Amino acid sequence: MKIVVMMKQVANKDAILRINKDATWIEESDLSFEVSESDGYALEESLRVREKLGGEVVVCSMGPQRVKSVIKDALARGADRAIHVVGDNLTHLSPFAAATVLADAIRDEKPDLVMTGLQSDDHGYGQTGVIMAELLGLPHATIVIELNAEADKLRVKRELESGWYQWYDMPLPALLTIQSGISQIRYATLKGIMAAKKKEIKEVTPSAEVVGRPSHQRIEKVYLPQKMKQTQLLGNGDAKAGAAELAQKLHTEARVF
Amino acid sequence: MSNGILVFIEHKGGVANKSSIEAIAAAQQLGSELQQPVSAVVLGADVSALAQEIAGYGVEKVICATNEKLADYTPDAYADGFEQVIKQTNPAFIFMTHTYQVRDFAPKLAARFGKGMISDCIRARVEGGKIGFTRRIFLGKLDADVISDGEAPVFATFQTGAYRPDQAAKGSGAPVETVAVEIGEVRMKPEAPFQEAKQAVDLTKADVIVAVGRGIKSKDNLGLAEKLAEALGGDIAASRPICDAEWLPIDRQIGSSGQTVAPKLYVALGISGAIQHLVGMKNSGTIVAINKDPEAPIFDIADYGIVGDLFEAVPVLTEEIKKIRGLL
Repeated sequence: MKIVVMMKQVANKDAILRINKDATWIEESDLSFEVSESDGYALEESLRVREKLGGEVVVCSMGPQRVKSVIKDALARGADRAIHVVGDNLTHLSPFAAATVLADAIRDEKPDLVMTGLQSDDHGYGQTGVIMAELLGLPHATIVIELNAEADKLRVKRELESGWYQWYDMPLPALLTIQSGISQIRYATLKGIMAAKKKEIKEVTPSAEVVGRPSHQRIEKVYLPQKMKQTQLLGNGDAKAGAAELAQKLHTEARVF
Repeated sequence: MSNGILVFIEHKGGVANKSSIEAIAAAQQLGSELQQPVSAVVLGADVSALAQEIAGYGVEKVICATNEKLADYTPDAYADGFEQVIKQTNPAFIFMTHTYQVRDFAPKLAARFGKGMISDCIRARVEGGKIGFTRRIFLGKLDADVISDGEAPVFATFQTGAYRPDQAAKGSGAPVETVAVEIGEVRMKPEAPFQEAKQAVDLTKADVIVAVGRGIKSKDNLGLAEKLAEALGGDIAASRPICDAEWLPIDRQIGSSGQTVAPKLYVALGISGAIQHLVGMKNSGTIVAINKDPEAPIFDIADYGIVGDLFEAVPVLTEEIKKIRGLL
């Protein structure tokens, strides 16, 4: 079984985001990055399927050289080799353009299974995986929360809304988008980190024609969300004083107890 | 030339998803400004009753796309059927609500027209004859205004709750056009949807909820939140990461994949407020947020906030509440 897992590098969850000068994205220069959460689970599932059925796991990531840290971490956790789609200005690709570039990068691998997270933690389009499935001619299932893979078919549990679920049977090859929390993610071992140094990372360049195509959706302006409520901030940096004040206000002002 | 806004109506066994009615409201508002007519599409094997119901809204027409293979939802069948409706009606815009089902099939559909969707929009307005959409990015920390360039059709999805279903105007009865669509091979075989073993905890009836998120750091710290819940006579709940880590059972999870609640008081401890969580609790009466990150989106909807260390604030809050209630 050949599994390709698509992983995206995004700004660290706890990072303080600063808007860039043109107000079209965030300032990335001194930011710390990590793998988008659900993509980490997609890798874990890929490794588990390989452990059950044999084969290999190929990790694919797109972006500037900094995304090598995501790739190396995936290799240290047990992926066999990697494809790095290298480019500096790929953040603003539309989901269709991104999916086109990524589908081109993995098409010749002829994977039996492609896995990725259900959406990225930055743009959050939630589309790239599904569009890739269409471009690669693969059946797909989204928001997968449990997975039983056999040599020639899949049984997947999809999460629906409000606590509902649904099982799908589907043939291979196929593409799945994975929900966070599907399993416990393993850590990289020291042995894994050492072994990763010898693993292949193939660099590919995206098609200039696709990257240069005018996008059908364009970010005009990025800004802090308008507040829906006027929040009373209490304590002014002193959490204990704020807590005492909060207890009073909940009692006398909000009258909730 | 392409014209009009086509609204997708999602349903379960012929019963409309009420969030689809929100998409009708969005289309009516923007359509009237753009002077573009609104129509709706229903896909299914036998959904004429639903089509008639939707025809009661202020729309130009309802297209009822039928095929036996549309009886059970699959992305393959829905993309095939919907694609034909779009090619026949040539709309300028396709509006959908950003539900799990739409997320499953609509990107595939849009890809057949060489594009993606402007997805999960929280609002939209008309500017210079174009629609400007706003979406949340970075898990709710920032907003982005997005303009659609290029050829029609434009695919857009709206976040559940972005518009209200009661904003959708009724009409005098629109015609229903039934179209038999062709469906190719359907590769996935769905089984009937089900709920996990009955939820042991019904948080929808709780007056007070104390919810914890990543900021609680360890399972050992849950006692802190439990004591606060006890002092308030409330229930304990959590955001998704806490239940994923199995620190609390899944029937305590609040958000799009868990329970939707609206208690009198909702206390969010160390919860940043990703949209998936907010949709499950934003209608609570009084919302309190304690978080060390001043930019956490939870503060956008909080009535009271403490920016600081919850491990300092919560014990004091618990003690003070006990004092006021005479529990000490």
